[in-house]
Amino acid sequence: MIELKDICKTFRVSKRNAGLKEAFKSFFRREYTCIQALDNVSFTINEGEMVGYIGPNGAGKSSTIKIMSGILTPDSGRCIINGRTPWKDRIAHVKEIGVVFGQRSQLWWDVPVIDSFELIKDIYRIDGSTYNKNLNELTELLDIGEIIRTPARQLSLGQRMRCEIAASLLHSPRILFLDEPTIGLDAVSKTAVRQFIKTINKERKTTVILTTHDMQDIEALTERIILIGKGKILLDGILDQLKKRNSTHKKLSVDYLGDGSSLSVLPDGMHLLDNLDGHAKIAVDTSILPVSNAIACLSKNMEITDISITGSTVEEMVVTLYEEFQI
Amino acid sequence: MRLYLKYASIIFRSQMQYKASFIMSLIGQFLTAFTVYLGVYFMFTRFPSVNDFTYTEVLLCFSLMLASFSLAECFVRGFDTFPSIISNGEFDRIMVRPRNEIFQVLATRIEFSRLGRFLQAGFMLAYAIPKSGVAWTPDRILTLIIMIIGGFFVFSGLFIIYASICFFTLEGLEFMNIFTDGAREFGKYPFSIYGDGVLKFLTYVIPLALFQYYPFLYLTGKSDRILYMFLPLIAILFLVPCLLFWRFGLRHYKSTGS
Amino acid sequence: MKKYLSLFRIRFIHGLQYRAAAWAGVSTQFAWGSMTILMFWAFYQNSGNRFPMTFHQLSTYIWLQQAFLSLFMSWYFDNDIFESIIRGHVAYELCRPVDIYTMWFLKNMSVRLSRAVLRCMPILIAAVFLPKPFSVSPPADLTGALMFFVSISLGFLLMVAFSMLIYITAFTTISPLGIRILAVSTLEFFTGAIIPLPFFPEGLQKIMAILPFAYMQSTPFLIYIGSIMGPDILIGVLLQMIWLLMLILTGRTLMKKALKKVVIQGG
Repeated sequence: MIELKDICKTFRVSKRNAGLKEAFKSFFRREYTCIQALDNVSFTINEGEMVGYIGPNGAGKSSTIKIMSGILTPDSGRCIINGRTPWKDRIAHVKEIGVVFGQRSQLWWDVPVIDSFELIKDIYRIDGSTYNKNLNELTELLDIGEIIRTPARQLSLGQRMRCEIAASLLHSPRILFLDEPTIGLDAVSKTAVRQFIKTINKERKTTVILTTHDMQDIEALTERIILIGKGKILLDGILDQLKKRNSTHKKLSVDYLGDGSSLSVLPDGMHLLDNLDGHAKIAVDTSILPVSNAIACLSKNMEITDISITGSTVEEMVVTLYEEFQI
Repeated sequence: MRLYLKYASIIFRSQMQYKASFIMSLIGQFLTAFTVYLGVYFMFTRFPSVNDFTYTEVLLCFSLMLASFSLAECFVRGFDTFPSIISNGEFDRIMVRPRNEIFQVLATRIEFSRLGRFLQAGFMLAYAIPKSGVAWTPDRILTLIIMIIGGFFVFSGLFIIYASICFFTLEGLEFMNIFTDGAREFGKYPFSIYGDGVLKFLTYVIPLALFQYYPFLYLTGKSDRILYMFLPLIAILFLVPCLLFWRFGLRHYKSTGS
Repeated sequence: MKKYLSLFRIRFIHGLQYRAAAWAGVSTQFAWGSMTILMFWAFYQNSGNRFPMTFHQLSTYIWLQQAFLSLFMSWYFDNDIFESIIRGHVAYELCRPVDIYTMWFLKNMSVRLSRAVLRCMPILIAAVFLPKPFSVSPPADLTGALMFFVSISLGFLLMVAFSMLIYITAFTTISPLGIRILAVSTLEFFTGAIIPLPFFPEGLQKIMAILPFAYMQSTPFLIYIGSIMGPDILIGVLLQMIWLLMLILTGRTLMKKALKKVVIQGG
């Protein structure tokens, strides 16, 4: 169980200006600005849940992860994970968590992967039988039996990421933090990684917290998403409900022949966003007017050459959300 | 200890993957130390002695300094290269592992090629021990060993301070070099030649003279105060403030991140 | 020409941003210089009659060396350049309408120069106010001062030209690290960075006169303190020019050959 309550964190950043004169000036004096990285962040995650933690770059995602993994101490607020405060009881806390930083490796570059695993076994003091059981299970699930005798530097990105994840799970953590686990992977590896995360969550009841920019990860994996922007939690909810809420807003992109004068008068529930050179964008509120009716209405008055509907994928939903919250 | 050896074995095997570059670094370390030796040699072809220390005595002093420095550089390399550990995020990884941070920093970096300097120290020692005119009684042999051990710990302490500063600046502070590289360079001569001020500073503030000048006096028979022989062990206490400073830095890091 | 100038400008300004590093460098070098002078002082007190110059000259030499350390630092190499050679990115650079030799040369110059600009003045100013035999003295005369400027510029260019040769060897050797390490040790010692060349034994000094290393930092500093005087100044500067020309020509020729190979092999 993870509980964050009113977590705040500010950073001091030095300003640096361009130009020769400024460079000389700042040689003697530095200016600082304060950035509120986290502003009263609160949420609760239950055992066995799988949560997508999303937000644009610099929103405060990694600061939150760092606080939850005991690397960073917040200015104020409470964070209790499995009954402990991470930054106060670091060693006991980190025994129960696994962390995957998508962009940094924890494997030793020049030796076979299995040697890194053996080292991790000793670092976490994993006993022999648990280690063997976990190793067998993970190598099978992740299909890495063939490659763990190869040095990490010779592996492809996808193979390496699978090994990274296995390395983070050898000590059977109760919570797994995944920081952009699919970044840079090809489609096949992405699917494999997602499938695996799902299995782990289901069979081991491991709590999974996932940050990502890839909305397909979210769609494939999580039921619940938490959206953070400018250090604030903007939204915390079930993905399906959000989808439903947002599915009432669709966007039609229409190519047509003629002058399009009929677009100036539209029925309730339709709203012209943009109209230029025979190409129009129209917002449709489906709670007032079904999409099919909207299309019928358009085609009655003008000759349509092409039409597309957007606003239904998670990707687009998130873009809409970002726009809505102006982050 | 078992875990440390495991780390060491992985690091050794990793470095052996690049044998050519490893051997080159080893030779390089040796050569750099060798040119410094040549500098000393040339000075003594021009001048007969310095503050009553002869050429072979200086060589003895130089080799002891070099030996303890190279050992520290090899095994305490993690603190010496700490800016890179911080900047590439390795330290965050260390923080999410259930082991002492200092142990992990020590264990993740061992630079075996730094033993090239140790080699140079060994050669000089082998030459200077018989030629220096020191009567090698058991207590003098013990003094020699204590000097190297004391030096190793003082240098380690200096590396730890250097690393702790990185918690605040995220970059290494170049000024610390004067105490690490500088001590190695200038410590080739007994610290007394630099005058009283420097000697006092290196006795009471940064205890470099405690493992170099004073026991060296005992070693060469210029003093018979038995206390001098054990001063390097007192110098090891220097580690205490260094470790406190490390903890202070770590607390700062935890409150600012990177 | 303009593009090279702006490239130089960008790098130069970039270098000026490392202010914390510069202050740290100034204090380190000041301490380093002081210790070096104290070391020589100990030798001087024991047998000053064997000194090849006055002690004040020696102090001046050491302070100049510390102030202009960044111009002549032998251990500085641009890792980007080594990387681009080893990984073959240099092939992409060939697509750009710039001469690679000139570009790399300027890149090295600008880094060294920007560091030196930030550091030389504070060190020299502080050293002026030290008590007499330990301070930095003004140049012997006006000609000396003028020729010092000519000579230090040439010495600086010579240093960069030499380091260019080290970069170029990376095209042909598998382990540029080895060459680099060897070069650093050689440079450190033979340019007089460890102990000034006049302290070398006589015989070795004669050999040094026919090698390029003495013409990097030693010649300008010796001109400044008046150890090289009269017609010898002109000879020194002339030799600097000859060496500079030779090293640049060698560098360019080797580079051309190496690049041809890169193009044929496809990087």
